[in-house]
Amino acid sequence: MNPAGFFEQVKRAWAIAKKDIRIYYFKGPVLIFGVFMPVFLFLAFLMGGRQLPLSFLISGLVGMSLFFTATAVSPAIFPWEGSAKTLERLASCPVTVEAIVFGDMIASTLFGIGITIITVIIGLALGLSLIHGVMLFATILIAACCFSAIGMLLAVPPTNVPSNIMMLSSLIKFPLVFISGIFIPLEQMPPWGLALAVFSPLTYFTDLVRYTFTDTHFFPVITDIAALTVFTVVFTIGTMYLHKRTMPQRM
Amino acid sequence: MTAIIHASDITKVYGKSIAVDHISFDVQKGEIFGFLGPNGAGKTTTTRMLTGVIPPDSGTATVLGYDIRTEPVLAKQGFGVVPETSNAYTDLTAWQNLMLMGELYGLTHARAEQRSFELLGMVGLLERKDQKVQAYSKGMKQRLILAMALIHEPGLLFLDEPTSGLDVQSTQMILSLLRDLNKQGTTIFLTTHNMEEANRLCHRVGIIRAGKIVAIDAPEKLKMAIDRVYKIEVSFDREVPGDAITGLAGVTGATRTGDKWQIMTENRDATIRSLVTFSQQHYAVIVTLNTLAPSLDDAFLRLTQEAQL
Repeated sequence: MNPAGFFEQVKRAWAIAKKDIRIYYFKGPVLIFGVFMPVFLFLAFLMGGRQLPLSFLISGLVGMSLFFTATAVSPAIFPWEGSAKTLERLASCPVTVEAIVFGDMIASTLFGIGITIITVIIGLALGLSLIHGVMLFATILIAACCFSAIGMLLAVPPTNVPSNIMMLSSLIKFPLVFISGIFIPLEQMPPWGLALAVFSPLTYFTDLVRYTFTDTHFFPVITDIAALTVFTVVFTIGTMYLHKRTMPQRM
Repeated sequence: MTAIIHASDITKVYGKSIAVDHISFDVQKGEIFGFLGPNGAGKTTTTRMLTGVIPPDSGTATVLGYDIRTEPVLAKQGFGVVPETSNAYTDLTAWQNLMLMGELYGLTHARAEQRSFELLGMVGLLERKDQKVQAYSKGMKQRLILAMALIHEPGLLFLDEPTSGLDVQSTQMILSLLRDLNKQGTTIFLTTHNMEEANRLCHRVGIIRAGKIVAIDAPEKLKMAIDRVYKIEVSFDREVPGDAITGLAGVTGATRTGDKWQIMTENRDATIRSLVTFSQQHYAVIVTLNTLAPSLDDAFLRLTQEAQL
């Protein structure tokens, strides 16, 4: 066994993910938030009086469910563990910073996927038909990884005060939702809005979800997939690199 | 002797303050090395650098033959850490904490279970293994932390103030475990404030003051090195002439406190022999006879004060 080897570190990242799920995600309030959020999103949009068809709404609702759940807890894990000194425990174990970050990403990816599936099920129960099922689940998987990496990027500032990070997180997450074609279809966006939208991974995800339910899309499907994949890779490498630099400042 | 820890010129700077200032030392295989110093001297910072939690700003440290900066995972795989503050996951049970450590150190599930069972029994927590750690007392948490550090049977153990603030029972249990581990070959690097603990446990101690090492030696040698004048305390069953005592071989001074005589000497052996002869000559029975060697406390205070001057 080479403890520093790739597969050994992935195994240890999985141990960290299981710990996260047990400690941070399998909590009553977190699960209730996760289940109720998609339900209330549907209610708010269906009863909002905007007369938007459910087939349009579903892409935004799935997008918001995944984006908010995959980034809900992960930004606060490092500050929590930093203040409880458990991060020091992890840092003194034979795991790399990359493995710690990857473990946290796995946990938030799984949580995001689980809750988003509830949203999809509600949509199907309301009469929507899924045209490209395999594509939807592949898209959800890639986007969940991407949004988890964003969640971990939000945790990069080396503070051990969770509220500071959560405030920063809200400041970044909400504007991203408004420029990603969730409330205004990409076709109806002004040029400056569209110019901003291309920089949001959520744009490509909602476009892909729309494709899987309605067979319509704004960008070519391959562009959506490629953009989402590039964002995932860049954010994952970026968050691992930055956490490696800021980790000692948390101790 | 093989150096298990080799620190060479390591330094850590926080802003304008130098927490650890170019310190170098070795810890040999199989020894218990005590790292002593007043608050803020740089003990915990040094331990954190040696355990790979924070990087040194300059200098190198090898632990178990691996450079802690360039091969941290390989180094960490071979040692266990008991930090100053208990850092078990309080939302997990003791069993879950140990199993997590088992996974992080690459143990198989069966081996992790076996070790967890053994260690919880060893630290007296087996009956409460399924209770969340948040309900544990400080002593129980510290014993659990020790068990967590031992899950992978490390050859080297770092402990930062392991008995600080603990009750007598937990302190004795931990110290006894450390002795047993050392007998089985585990090298121990122990940071402590407690001179008595260091005196009783450590083969060698290093004293750090304001980020610099001021002395490294065996506790007894350190004590002897600081003072060449010894004190002997003696009491007799009857009055004896003070002038006669001050005139004994090797005695440089004598003062009476209560029913005892405190005698200063540069030669303890000669003075004790002449005291025995003196008691026979004056038909006085020696009731008590104590040699008052300088304590490790004295050595510590002297060395840290000298460094401050």
